[in-house]
Amino acid sequence: MFIVSHRNWFYAFTGLLVAASIASIAYFGLAPGTDFTGGTLIEVTYPADRPTPAALDASLHEAGIVGYSLREAGEQGYILRAGVLAEGVRADMLGIMSPAGSQAIVTQLTEVGPTIGAELRAKAWVALALVLLCILLFIAFAFRSVSRPVSSWVYGIIALVTLVHDVIVPVGFYAYLGHIAGAQIDTLFVTAVLTILGFSIHDTIVVFDRVRENLRINHDRGRKEPFAEVAGRSLGQTFVRSINTSMTVIITLAVLYVIGPASTKLFALTLLVGIAAGTFSSIFLATPLLVTWERFRAGK
Amino acid sequence: MWQKRLIALIVLVLGGAVGWYVNTSHMNGTRPFKLGLDLSGGTQLVYRAHTENIASSDVVDSMSALRDTIERRVNLFGVAEPLVQTEKGSAVGGGSEDRLIVELPGVTDTERAIALIGQTPVLEFRLLKQGATLPAEGTQSTSTVDDLFEVAAVTGKDLLSADLQFESQTGMVTQPVVVLHFNDEGKRLFGNLTRDNVGRIFGIFLDGVAISTPVIREPIPDGTAVISGRFSAEEAKALSRNLNYGALPVAIDLVSTQTVSATLGGTAVEQGFAAGLWSVVAVIAFMILWYRLPGLVASVALLIYIAVMLGLFLLIPVTLTAAGIAAFILSIGMAVDANVLVFERVREELEHGKTATEALHDGFGRAWPSIRDSNISSMITAVILFWFGTSLIKGFALVFGLGVLVSMLTAISVTRTFLFALDVDARHGVRRFLFASGFHIK
Repeated sequence: MFIVSHRNWFYAFTGLLVAASIASIAYFGLAPGTDFTGGTLIEVTYPADRPTPAALDASLHEAGIVGYSLREAGEQGYILRAGVLAEGVRADMLGIMSPAGSQAIVTQLTEVGPTIGAELRAKAWVALALVLLCILLFIAFAFRSVSRPVSSWVYGIIALVTLVHDVIVPVGFYAYLGHIAGAQIDTLFVTAVLTILGFSIHDTIVVFDRVRENLRINHDRGRKEPFAEVAGRSLGQTFVRSINTSMTVIITLAVLYVIGPASTKLFALTLLVGIAAGTFSSIFLATPLLVTWERFRAGK
Repeated sequence: MWQKRLIALIVLVLGGAVGWYVNTSHMNGTRPFKLGLDLSGGTQLVYRAHTENIASSDVVDSMSALRDTIERRVNLFGVAEPLVQTEKGSAVGGGSEDRLIVELPGVTDTERAIALIGQTPVLEFRLLKQGATLPAEGTQSTSTVDDLFEVAAVTGKDLLSADLQFESQTGMVTQPVVVLHFNDEGKRLFGNLTRDNVGRIFGIFLDGVAISTPVIREPIPDGTAVISGRFSAEEAKALSRNLNYGALPVAIDLVSTQTVSATLGGTAVEQGFAAGLWSVVAVIAFMILWYRLPGLVASVALLIYIAVMLGLFLLIPVTLTAAGIAAFILSIGMAVDANVLVFERVREELEHGKTATEALHDGFGRAWPSIRDSNISSMITAVILFWFGTSLIKGFALVFGLGVLVSMLTAISVTRTFLFALDVDARHGVRRFLFASGFHIK
């Protein structure tokens, strides 16, 4: 099978992808959003005459609001992110955002208290840990029976490695999105990552199950077949279904991204990248890694 | 064969009926979809309740009294379908605050929303501590209320009603007073309190300010207390009205607000609907192009899935948020996954030379463990997300989890019913072509 025999190319590609993602995370960083830090997010639109950022800066300074970030939202609006507003400032916000004769309309205003932010942050970590734990248990359960020539725990470890890949790639992509589009780590992003974890582990397990099924059939029939060929054949058998199950999800996510509501655009894009990465890793990474491991053991 | 076809027909008619029901009940407005604040526009306010001074056994009671009070007040202002709920902050976050969440659909002015709630007075009863003396009228005191007063057993939640009366005083001057009537629990507590503390000073506090500090002269067993003092008839009237609409049993302060304008919400609904529609069209096109006849059958199962889900949204009812719509659209992509697994297995079985019926039979059987596993891992995520969630994420998790369960049912059993109902056992010609898939035509 092409993928198994050319696995080094795919490793190189994966390596580049992961390195780029890590570099992106390190370079651009991940900015936590309002719902995790506590603070204020205001989205305003101007039906006519949107003021310049400089005019808004002056107006915000005058009101004593510091440490904010102001971004353009579409053609007519701005998104302002700031800390927790001082008492009474909220009522003046409309005036502050409408300097020099412009008239702002507040389309969205969110204030999150610091304690709620901290609580949500803690909960996000616990949720992540819980999902990982459950997936570990799930993997242990899926590979509970012993198999040869590669032992069960190796399947489990490789499944985990691909999972790490599936998460690093969308996170790196998101860090880049943060740089170009001001995306911040919010609850929806955490939701996307957890959903990716649940979705992509399964693809890998299906391919591995097929490898083990073929190994068992060979064993029962007393047929000798090199491991690389069994792996390649299994991959060939599950290839179309791996692609197609992801394809239908990718289609819907692409539609959601292109014409869906603005509030879930980044969410759809993150899921899209994560699920594409998950499909890639279960086909081009997981099974080839099994073969590499088997070769390495045999070579000793 | 005719039995299988009859069942298939019944399933089809039922699916159509559900779809028809969803459509008419939404269109007539008899049972429209419930939209979350991010879609309908409105304001959500989150308050922290100061339950520190309340015995932990009474916290739940006090919080539900608080909720009822706020609900009454919000209803009074004619907000359509307000949602008032209490929530315990998660212990994971360090503290376990008691919170009150108020959702006001259609109120897109944050200040007005806050004012609606903010006018509700907090009524408290306290006793002057032993040995403490009241600061003289008009003098500034350095000691705070907490220094001087201890919390009394009776609280604002024990209040039944308040009314305005006029009390005649010496010298023929009538003075407006507000008479508080306690409920049965309050009557007992207040009776005990006044019996045990004759001679002490009792304080009635409104919003943290002492409005009346009478001396307890004798036990009061009948459950009434009189607030007399420094107000005009107008003020007394306003006070009794406010107390009747509800005095807060627990003090609250605002910790979070979220306001979404109706236009932004409306746009999100339109875009969400369009995205849903086109993703269904795209998935169906893909399934029919790749899997042909079985793809068509899977598409019918998908439509039934959508009808059932929408029906559940109406009946449960599920409050739809933008994240919930995203979950639904994602689930449309995932609902056909089971079909893909089955069809790919069937194709393999066909290649082994089995008849179509046999291949279908074995295909469904062998694909099952895979389908089950994939749904287990998705369910795990959904359950954890539901726990993690703010209302936004809960909307996602609920729809996602529901979608996983329902799609397992529709993708397998509905598709199976239809495929067996079609007379599939043909190895040649058009039918053979119809059952082939992708580019593997042999």
